Amino acid sequence: MWAFLHKLGSPKEFYAITARWLTPLWLAAVALILAGGVWGLAFAPADYQQGNSFRIIYVHVPAAFLAQSIFVAMAAAGLVFMVWKIKLADMAAAMMAPLGAGMTFVALFSGAVWGVPTWGTWWQWDARLTSMLILFFLYIGVIALRGAFVSREGGARAASVLAMVGVINIPIIKFSVDWWYTLHQPASFSITEKPAMPAEMWLPLLLMVLGFYAFFIAVTLTRTRSEILRRESSKRWVRALVEEGR
Amino acid sequence: MSRADSRSTPLPEAGEPADGLAVAWRATLHRDLVLRLRRPGEVLNPLAFFALVITLFPIGISPEAPLLATIAPGLLWVAALLAALLSLDGVFRDDAEDGSLEQLLLSPQPLPVLALAKVAAHWLLTGLPLALMAPLLGVMLSLPAGSYGVLALSLALGSASLSLIGAIGAALTVGVARGGVLLSLLVLPLYIPVLIFGAGAVQSAILGGGVTAHLAILGALLAASLIFAPFAIAAALRISLNG
Amino acid sequence: MAFESLSAFLAMGGHAPYVWSAYGATAALLLVVGWHARAERRRVRRDLERRARRERRQAEAADASHDERVSR
Repeated sequence: MWAFLHKLGSPKEFYAITARWLTPLWLAAVALILAGGVWGLAFAPADYQQGNSFRIIYVHVPAAFLAQSIFVAMAAAGLVFMVWKIKLADMAAAMMAPLGAGMTFVALFSGAVWGVPTWGTWWQWDARLTSMLILFFLYIGVIALRGAFVSREGGARAASVLAMVGVINIPIIKFSVDWWYTLHQPASFSITEKPAMPAEMWLPLLLMVLGFYAFFIAVTLTRTRSEILRRESSKRWVRALVEEGR
Repeated sequence: MSRADSRSTPLPEAGEPADGLAVAWRATLHRDLVLRLRRPGEVLNPLAFFALVITLFPIGISPEAPLLATIAPGLLWVAALLAALLSLDGVFRDDAEDGSLEQLLLSPQPLPVLALAKVAAHWLLTGLPLALMAPLLGVMLSLPAGSYGVLALSLALGSASLSLIGAIGAALTVGVARGGVLLSLLVLPLYIPVLIFGAGAVQSAILGGGVTAHLAILGALLAASLIFAPFAIAAALRISLNG
Repeated sequence: MAFESLSAFLAMGGHAPYVWSAYGATAALLLVVGWHARAERRRVRRDLERRARRERRQAEAADASHDERVSR
């Protein structure tokens, strides 16, 4: 196990090993998202309270899950990079940040759109939406900090520290925003909290969540492999690879 | 008057590590306080900014006392937070430019402790004055009676956390040219819990509720940032100076 | 099937703009990100190949001039 992880830490080995994972991951992502999307849109029953606007859950919740998971993954990669000086971890962190920001944006957008039929306004300072908005700013901060450094190494380390600081703060922010919201808006119902969903409602959701995770891993792997080639372009193994590929 | 007289703090003697740390801490704090007080403009600017921002709101919204009284706690807190943010960029920048920050990094004393001394100096000359000034501006916003003490106390407690968290951002951006806007982008999202409980304390005092819970949470936030922030600041300083 | 007809499906019980815009934004993000990842990979490989070709040409040119000098 450790030997395998150790091998994965080297860009060359990583590039060779992950080549076989790409196609299955992309196929799984496309299949799961298509199946979950069609099921959720056309076959799942409408909610008795919210009607068909309830179907937004099938994109809103996976996007929100991914938005939070990617930030945690980014901080974990930052920790690995800072502690063990594994450059691959930083490459992965750099490549997943824009996707995380995009997912946060989609979660915000779908939440706001969902708010119109449910609350009657485009924006409600709901605890979840507010936390999501703050998460979006945290993503922007990490991406901007990395870009602001002239040296790649400096930007990588600074972004790692900020991601770790952010991940420590996310639970505190979530807790305080929840507390703030209950203080100001008592007894308003939250859109995603549903007591006991029937299986035909939550199964498509499960498919979508799994599909989104597969998509995230597939994108991060593909992009990290490109980044490896870019950064190691003068190494002998990359040259050999290019010669072979001709 | 010889040069020996003008040096008030003696240099730490070698061979006394525990005592040496205390001396280094005090010397760093003392140096930062003296340097800042020599340029009183920089100490007074955040206070003037605070007063100015507070002046803008009655002009921009409405001079009616009942309306102002309802939004006063949040306004005072947000304005104080922005004023503290404004001065944050200078915590490490001057020292980085004249090279004394590198001396700090090379010192045998643990960097987190020395960084904490610099943050303490920043808080003493921005957070604390802002907290003391806030009740005065509260009068101008017709803040209801009975909440003035809580306002000052919550600001004093909260701004210490703000200085600590903000110093992480300041340390991360010392190496970046014109890092001011970037600094606020990094730091403001992290300020939100402090703002919620700080403004909440004042709000609660106005409504006649208990404020101990809010102040306790502010204290807990301060304790947590006291534990974690110095290490993050030290790591960030090393990154910024060594690339 | 939760809907009677295609038009009922498209109308989403009166919530069409909300449901379809949320799904549209998500689909747009997924497509753009997926397409970008593939395009990036193709671009990196193309650049590497171009560089390899250029270096080979330069090496051949250097060899040629070297041979010339030797034969002279």
